[in-house]
Amino acid sequence: MKICESAKKIISPVVGVFTGIFVGALIMLIRGFDPLVAYKALFMGAFGSVDNFITTLIKTTPLGLTGLAVLIAYRAGIFNIGCEGQLQLGAIMATVIGVTNYGLSDEMHIIVCIMAAMLAGIMFAMIPAIAKIWRGYNEIVVTMLLNYVAVYFTQFLLQGALREPGQMFPQSARLLVRLPVIFSVKRLHIGIVFFLLASVFLYLLLNQLSFGFRVRAVGLNPNACDYAGISSKRTMLSAMIISGALAGLAGACEVMGVHGRLVENFSPGYGYDAIAVALLANLHPLGVLASALFFGVLRSGAANMQIATNLPVAFVQIVQGVAVICVIILDKLPDYLRSMGRTTNAI
Amino acid sequence: MHTQRKKSLILKMEGATKKFGNLIANDNVNFELRKGEIHALLGENGAGKSTLMNCLYGIFPLTKGKIFLNGKEIVINNTQDAIKYGIGMVHQHFMLIEQLTVTENIILGTKQKGPWLDVKTVEKEIKELSDKYRFNIDPQEKIKNLTVGMQQRVEILKTLYRNADIMIFDEATAVLTPQEVNQLFGIIRRLVNEGKSIIMITHKLEEVMEICDRVTVLRNGRMIGSLEVKDTSPRKLANMMVGRDVVLDIARKDKAPGDVALEIKDIVVKDRHGKHLIDGITVQLRKGEILGIAGIDGNGQIELSGVLTGMIPAKQGKVKIGDDDVSGKKAKHFIDKKVSHIPQDRQKTGLIMEFSVMENLILQEHSKSPFCHFGIMNWKEIRRHADNLISEYQIKVPNASVPAKALSGGNQQKVILAREIDRQSNVLIAVQPTRGLDIGATEYVRSKILEQRDKGIAVLLISTELDEILALSDRIAVMYKGKFVDVFKNGKYSREQIGLMMSGVTKDVAINNVC
Repeated sequence: MKICESAKKIISPVVGVFTGIFVGALIMLIRGFDPLVAYKALFMGAFGSVDNFITTLIKTTPLGLTGLAVLIAYRAGIFNIGCEGQLQLGAIMATVIGVTNYGLSDEMHIIVCIMAAMLAGIMFAMIPAIAKIWRGYNEIVVTMLLNYVAVYFTQFLLQGALREPGQMFPQSARLLVRLPVIFSVKRLHIGIVFFLLASVFLYLLLNQLSFGFRVRAVGLNPNACDYAGISSKRTMLSAMIISGALAGLAGACEVMGVHGRLVENFSPGYGYDAIAVALLANLHPLGVLASALFFGVLRSGAANMQIATNLPVAFVQIVQGVAVICVIILDKLPDYLRSMGRTTNAI
Repeated sequence: MHTQRKKSLILKMEGATKKFGNLIANDNVNFELRKGEIHALLGENGAGKSTLMNCLYGIFPLTKGKIFLNGKEIVINNTQDAIKYGIGMVHQHFMLIEQLTVTENIILGTKQKGPWLDVKTVEKEIKELSDKYRFNIDPQEKIKNLTVGMQQRVEILKTLYRNADIMIFDEATAVLTPQEVNQLFGIIRRLVNEGKSIIMITHKLEEVMEICDRVTVLRNGRMIGSLEVKDTSPRKLANMMVGRDVVLDIARKDKAPGDVALEIKDIVVKDRHGKHLIDGITVQLRKGEILGIAGIDGNGQIELSGVLTGMIPAKQGKVKIGDDDVSGKKAKHFIDKKVSHIPQDRQKTGLIMEFSVMENLILQEHSKSPFCHFGIMNWKEIRRHADNLISEYQIKVPNASVPAKALSGGNQQKVILAREIDRQSNVLIAVQPTRGLDIGATEYVRSKILEQRDKGIAVLLISTELDEILALSDRIAVMYKGKFVDVFKNGKYSREQIGLMMSGVTKDVAINNVC
């Protein structure tokens, strides 16, 4: 029973990914493209050289961190699709602190930047959390709408308060500090380590800590928790704090690790893809390692595919979408088949 | 009602088999209904009696088997077919729309001649039917203004209006007061006198003995036997049902209660609109006694259990556990003060269905030693603890990692029982502890509750089943509209007198009315 359950958790994402690739190939054939050429270009774009592979890892980092952010909230019963907004706020905060000289050592300055970014993510996640937990507002609506608020707020700041003095471009001044680099080629920053640590941490938290027990319990049945003296409200709030902090951290990594400054459209919707990342991982923290990498591969290889075959970059979204839909269907399929058997069994 | 004359066969199900995937719900059942009889279909929960009748009523088709009506083979693929052949069903959960009138509900789903609704004519027809069987129902009344008993009559009217000759009653007495049950039995007898044939799905032996002519017993989807009620006894039927001897009445030793364990004083609970759900209740619960709260569903019992477990804050009044004033404290506080709780709905509030049995067994204690040290779970100890309880409480489960949703209702309740008793509390609040359980599990749960009382634990038992209250309680409080009609020693008043109190008649009238 147990083995069966965990096997299903791995099988459905694998099947999903292959189905996505297969459906993508079918569409390419119909449109007159050669799928083998296209996928080879995609693969080479993602893994073909050290440079390419590192680009893949860099793109994997924000997807993974926000994917984990979606996951922990979801496990506590909150569908936080506002990670994009929390990421934006994290990036803004990291920039604000990062461009100012406080006379701190570089190390301290980096730590303060990251802390501030995580705090900003938390604060922004608290709005939907409080609205949901104490007022019953639908968190999906609130988080989604707040995403727009955050994205436009970033643009607003880049047009004015945060714009580099004397420049025309909508971008901030250079940060005084950058994230440490673990590999000098292409600047692979330490964010990927944060992601690895965070996913292991969440895995241990959910399975080995009493707090994780409460998170899982509340996510499955908040009512029964209240009867058992577990505060569903406090648990949900705590999970949202972790969620906002991870998304804020992702924002800080982008600004401090990749761009070195806040630029317009620095996030191509990482926080949105995060939902798909978490779902493709079947809401398993270690699964996010693989699913985020899959999304990172698609993102970093897509440009190469476009150059080689003229297929637009956006094509990879078909592969992503089909994969996620597949996982969702496969999870529900056994129940559905069972109910079908109930109604249409041989007459 | 037991007529000697052998009546002609009206309906026959031959070799009826129903499979859901690998599960065999009915296995080669031969069921015969004679014209003008009341035939009980008896079995425990999950014995397959509802499935068999749902097949007859066309909810789902039989996997194998034949159905004969008046000797001719018929095929029933859906409910329309069943209705066409004059088969009607009164469901346990009424299929009525509250905002609509009686007539509108009855018209729903019937074929109309022409495009226009002719409500007037239908109203007249319903009135005639209602008068004929003395239902006393106003066709223009809205469903929401009717009592549960009256709503059931509307369901019966619905089948009559569709010209049903064979009527299936699914656990018809489950939601009724003793008085309403008597009235229902009156109606059923009148239906039989008019030539209807009745099938009663039930798991209550008293019902079979009181009103039925014949009985067919099912167990594990198989037919155990069909016999005349006058040739049998409750003990024999119970034996057929369960497959072994059953203790129907549990011996309750007399015992003097101890100190006050739980006390509530002038408790008031109001809903959002200011309506009183609990209206000034004062009661003391002593160690080593069972206080039974009798009453029909929805008279404030659930709110009372909420106040006593910290789930609902009382706006006014005092709650004391031992000497501690705990008014307004949260559930966690009550749990820490050693109040155990068997909640009404085991699937929604008692268990986390997707959680494993071992996880469900530590819901309250999960962050305490030995299950957890410094926030880190000790799974080895949790599994050991679960294995112990599984064997002690005879929970049927392959291992402790199986999710609670895979267990039968009785075993789910055993998980809750094991958890709540194992916490070594001083007070046990049990709400509908045997609802939906089969005889075997019911017997087990009741004996465990009595065992707790004998150990000196104060037990508050809330149940809408008067039989349960009478079987277990030392003292009984009758609750009506948020108030106690009276609190008295078990045995002081008769079943009928208590039934009258439950239906809102004042205590004096109730006592004088029935002797």
